Amino acid sequence: MFNNPARNDWLLLAGFSAVVLCLPVLLEPIGAAYPALMQKFCIFGIFAIGFNILFGLTGYLSFGHAAFLGVGSYAAVWSFKLFTMNAIPAIVMAVFFAALFAVVIGYVSLKRSGIYFSILTLAFAQMCYNLVYSVLTPLTNGETGLQLSLQDPRVIDAMFIEPAAGLPRVNLFALNISGGGYAGFYLCAVMLIICFFIAMCIFRSPFGMMLRAIKSNQTRMRYTGFNTRPYLLAAFVISGMYAGLAGGLMAVTDPLVGAERMQWTASGEVVLMTILGGAGTLVGPVLGAAVIKYCENIFSSFSPGTLHGAFGFLPDAIEDPIVSFLSLFVGDGWNLTLGVVFMLIVIFLPGGIMEGLRRIRMMFNRRPGNGRKIPATQTQPAE
Amino acid sequence: MDALLLQVLNGLDKGGAYALIALGLTLVFGTLGVVNFAHGALFMLGAFCAVTFNRLLNLESVVIDPAQKTPWGTPLEVRTPYVEAWLGDFGAFLNDYSVPASIVLAVPVMLAIGIVMERGLIRHFYKRPHADQILVTFGLAIIIQEIIKHFFGANPIPQPAPEAFGGTVYVGEILGMGQTLAYPWWRIVYLFFSLAVIGAVFAFLQFTTYGMVVRAGMHDRQTVGFLGIDIERRFTVVFGLAAVIAGVAGVMYTPIVPPDYHMGMEFLVLSFVVVVVGGMGSLGGAVVAGFLLGILQSFASMNEVKAIIPGIDHVIIYLVAVVILLTLPRGLLGRKGMMED
Repeated sequence: MFNNPARNDWLLLAGFSAVVLCLPVLLEPIGAAYPALMQKFCIFGIFAIGFNILFGLTGYLSFGHAAFLGVGSYAAVWSFKLFTMNAIPAIVMAVFFAALFAVVIGYVSLKRSGIYFSILTLAFAQMCYNLVYSVLTPLTNGETGLQLSLQDPRVIDAMFIEPAAGLPRVNLFALNISGGGYAGFYLCAVMLIICFFIAMCIFRSPFGMMLRAIKSNQTRMRYTGFNTRPYLLAAFVISGMYAGLAGGLMAVTDPLVGAERMQWTASGEVVLMTILGGAGTLVGPVLGAAVIKYCENIFSSFSPGTLHGAFGFLPDAIEDPIVSFLSLFVGDGWNLTLGVVFMLIVIFLPGGIMEGLRRIRMMFNRRPGNGRKIPATQTQPAE
Repeated sequence: MDALLLQVLNGLDKGGAYALIALGLTLVFGTLGVVNFAHGALFMLGAFCAVTFNRLLNLESVVIDPAQKTPWGTPLEVRTPYVEAWLGDFGAFLNDYSVPASIVLAVPVMLAIGIVMERGLIRHFYKRPHADQILVTFGLAIIIQEIIKHFFGANPIPQPAPEAFGGTVYVGEILGMGQTLAYPWWRIVYLFFSLAVIGAVFAFLQFTTYGMVVRAGMHDRQTVGFLGIDIERRFTVVFGLAAVIAGVAGVMYTPIVPPDYHMGMEFLVLSFVVVVVGGMGSLGGAVVAGFLLGILQSFASMNEVKAIIPGIDHVIIYLVAVVILLTLPRGLLGRKGMMED
């Protein structure tokens, strides 16, 4: 129906913005309509979109993106400590420092590809994490985590406002961001929409086309005379900046950073989100992030007691084994569910949720007697 | 001089663990071409074989003996492990040596797990890209880890070394260098154990016909297939073997570091670095790099070194990996044409 791709994109953007801004209404029925959770959706959505620009487009699987997230968070909190409690400078600092790190790490890591690239990024991320825990303690406050204190200079704030009693809160001029209210959520939501728009522009641009070409056949690209390295580095830095922004927003909504945010399992989490939603698609990563964060919230609050309530109608002899089996998967065992779902997705549906949705749509669209084949769009990361 | 020797020893036993895990990883990669992120989980499973075996041995019978009284006046509960009740002195001996004895349990269990894993899951991923293999085995590692956490809890479970090897040994005296150099017995046992396992694996590959076929398959799997050999089945066995190596490495490591459910992940990252430094698909490289990185790490954690470059002990391995990857595309001993891009 819509043959004009540009118009299609505007529609997608409008739809996406509408959904994101209406989240408090839409999520009411499933009990997820509180700001603290929704802003998590948005923040991890940004993180996953950024990761997808690297992995989805170029096929380079980075296992070290959490490092940028952590750098962003630390930069933002330092901006609160040194300059002002306003959110904007903090976010700018977060993105800037993440970009700086991404340039250095990307420049070195992108000298290799395939699994070596994964190992190199992993090695850098682990180095950052270990340093944050040990030598950089004056900067990062080690295991305790970096937090605000009353003794902080906050030079810019000190010039304009009389300090009130107690710890100051993060603000956006008059709005109070860090209280876990709707202001924080809408800041993250607007950021998410902007990020989505930028990602869309990248996907549709010649630059995005170039990145896809690198994924499908890098050698051929080089033979035709393209130097692929600058493109890859640009993609890596952009994706690092997204991660830095996500980290900055995390600090803005809750100004306390611990080193565990940089651990490689955190990098693994964003990989899971992207794959679950669908690598290489625009909406997929956001969807994956929201699904994982929502399920984490729901599943980890279950206890065997809730399960007994749910299966109470069964006779005890059947109920007990079912409950004891299911209790493996909820509460503390939420990670197990995550692992199982993730494996099933990788094995049976490498395109993630988006691929699943497309298959379902194709099933309904197929007219009887018109045996249209479902096009297989398996992601083929660069080797 | 003593301090240096101590660091070498320190590095050697850690290096032994790295080398054993990396050996299995490389074996799997060289034969099946699969990057196995669940290998650390296999190491952890081995460690928990030791825990299970110890618990089995310590199942006790409780007899209330009214003739004896506790200081509080209640009848004394006499607890005797069943093994000791049935087997007498040998039972007590077995209980003392539960860690090395649990290898008996670990070998068949790990072999079974390895073969099931290969036939059930890994087989379907030969043709998929490496990224998919990494992702699916990463998922599997999470699952194994969470199941273990569910049954054994999140806390480390200390395992005793056999009493005869529990103390320290004065290495300096043996080498004729004075009495200052003392070192835990069990770590030395671990070093020799890992050397023995590595030797056995190399002997198996080098001197048996089976091993020869496996090596030929690593080199050119298609031709071996043309010759009428069922190379797939051999490779399945190799995967099982790799699981067993990781498992026994885990079993024997338990007295050194009490096992908990995420010990596998910690070792996995390091052993991947070891594999890459040694050269993908090179068995010798994995062993050399394992010991080398172990020793480097323990040198970097000396106070004298830390005084010059603070924090070096935490990053040295990764730093070496970055330098090696950028300067030697094949790693230390990698073969030509094996994943060089």
